[in-house]
Amino acid sequence: MSTAVQLLIGTRKGAWIYRSDAQRQTWSVQGPIFLGHIVNHLVLDPRDGKTLLMAASTGHLGPTIFRSTDGGVTWAEAQQPPAFPKAATNGAATARAVDHSFWLEPGHASEPGVWWAGTSPPGLFRSADGGATWDSVAGFNDHPMYWNWCPADGGTPDGALLNQIQIDPRDPNHMYIATSTGGVFESLNQGADWSPLNQGVEANFMPDPYPEYGQDAHYIALAPTMPDRIWQQNHCGIYRLDRPGERWDRIGQAMPAEVGDIGFTIVPHPREADTAWVFPMDGTEVWPRTSPGGKPAVYRTRDAGATWERQDAGFPSHQGWFTVKRQAFCADSAAPLGLYLGATNGEVWMSDDEGGSWRTIAQHLPEIYSVVAAPL
Amino acid sequence: MVQVFIPSQLTSYTDGVSRLEAAGDSIERVLDDLDARFPGLKFRVVDEQDRIRRHMRIFRNGDRAQDLALSLTDRDEVLIFGALSGG
Repeated sequence: MSTAVQLLIGTRKGAWIYRSDAQRQTWSVQGPIFLGHIVNHLVLDPRDGKTLLMAASTGHLGPTIFRSTDGGVTWAEAQQPPAFPKAATNGAATARAVDHSFWLEPGHASEPGVWWAGTSPPGLFRSADGGATWDSVAGFNDHPMYWNWCPADGGTPDGALLNQIQIDPRDPNHMYIATSTGGVFESLNQGADWSPLNQGVEANFMPDPYPEYGQDAHYIALAPTMPDRIWQQNHCGIYRLDRPGERWDRIGQAMPAEVGDIGFTIVPHPREADTAWVFPMDGTEVWPRTSPGGKPAVYRTRDAGATWERQDAGFPSHQGWFTVKRQAFCADSAAPLGLYLGATNGEVWMSDDEGGSWRTIAQHLPEIYSVVAAPL
Repeated sequence: MVQVFIPSQLTSYTDGVSRLEAAGDSIERVLDDLDARFPGLKFRVVDEQDRIRRHMRIFRNGDRAQDLALSLTDRDEVLIFGALSGG
């Protein structure tokens, strides 16, 4: 059976698509696509297998969304990209403008054409026409608690983010979002209202280290075969929450102390609900955000976070200082599972044996922001 | 008609043309005219709160325009530039 995969790669300077042969041994490259554009996310619609959406901006120009239905050969721009409603008073703190779209999420399988986008500053947007026009989701963007959850002075070096959207595969009304200023939020009515979901999650940069909201949720992922299980790589550690529970468990405490449990991203196994991978980074002292000790590695748990094993075969054994950003670590759906990570130094690494060994399949790309694996 | 200079960052919208004419008696109306002919151009220059984007610059003749309401006559030239924006 073919395990061919395409990797949709967004970088600080454009997008690339890498396509494998049936054994994932050799790769062809298409790109650069929109050279010089800042591409935060490039995503294939799994519902039709052909529509690509790209979140793009440039150093000068405002943010937009591009759409392709021919494998990235030609692109059309959104007629109405994500934008906040016009504020009553121009210049007021509430006069938000989208700086960039960060995350693109295809809607529920039962809603073809629906897409969601998360932006900086934090905003939730919805398209019902395949990404051509986008509307502000008032249930979050105009929520009475918005400015508490997303304070104007909060944020990452690239600005505060609504960095992730996850939809319950069993129920299109049930959604989770992750933000860099408020942590995780849940909606039971397709975004019409939201509640914080952060019990037990540390925010060690706040006066109350376990606040109701205020955490920096770097990444959340639902276990594909057990959607009541949420994995979270947070600014302050690795967590797991099994619903209907409300309190997260800090499963990262089982990581080796010299490595810690700071990182940007976590990847669940598509078939094994107890298995996930992280790529730790150095979050000590001044927060270098590099591979700890200059020794890159992924760590895998196969028991829902009770224990972790180091997987570093093929990675530099010393003086390797890259890291992996939020959207730049992913899995395909083949067996054995393929894992892919895009590094800040422009390398794409892959494993075709579930993390047992790693090799580069691309080098010298610009700083990589996102890697998405999709079937060919 | 107002003479308009289009910077390289926006010529993908104008079929490569960097000098053209547009109608309008203010910066905003000139941008509206351009956007009607080249859909999407205006939002790349001006945000949803009608602020000129941080790394874009608009000049009326030799003077920097900070306000989209700045008036124009047919003798004026509008220059749009991409400003310095980092590496």
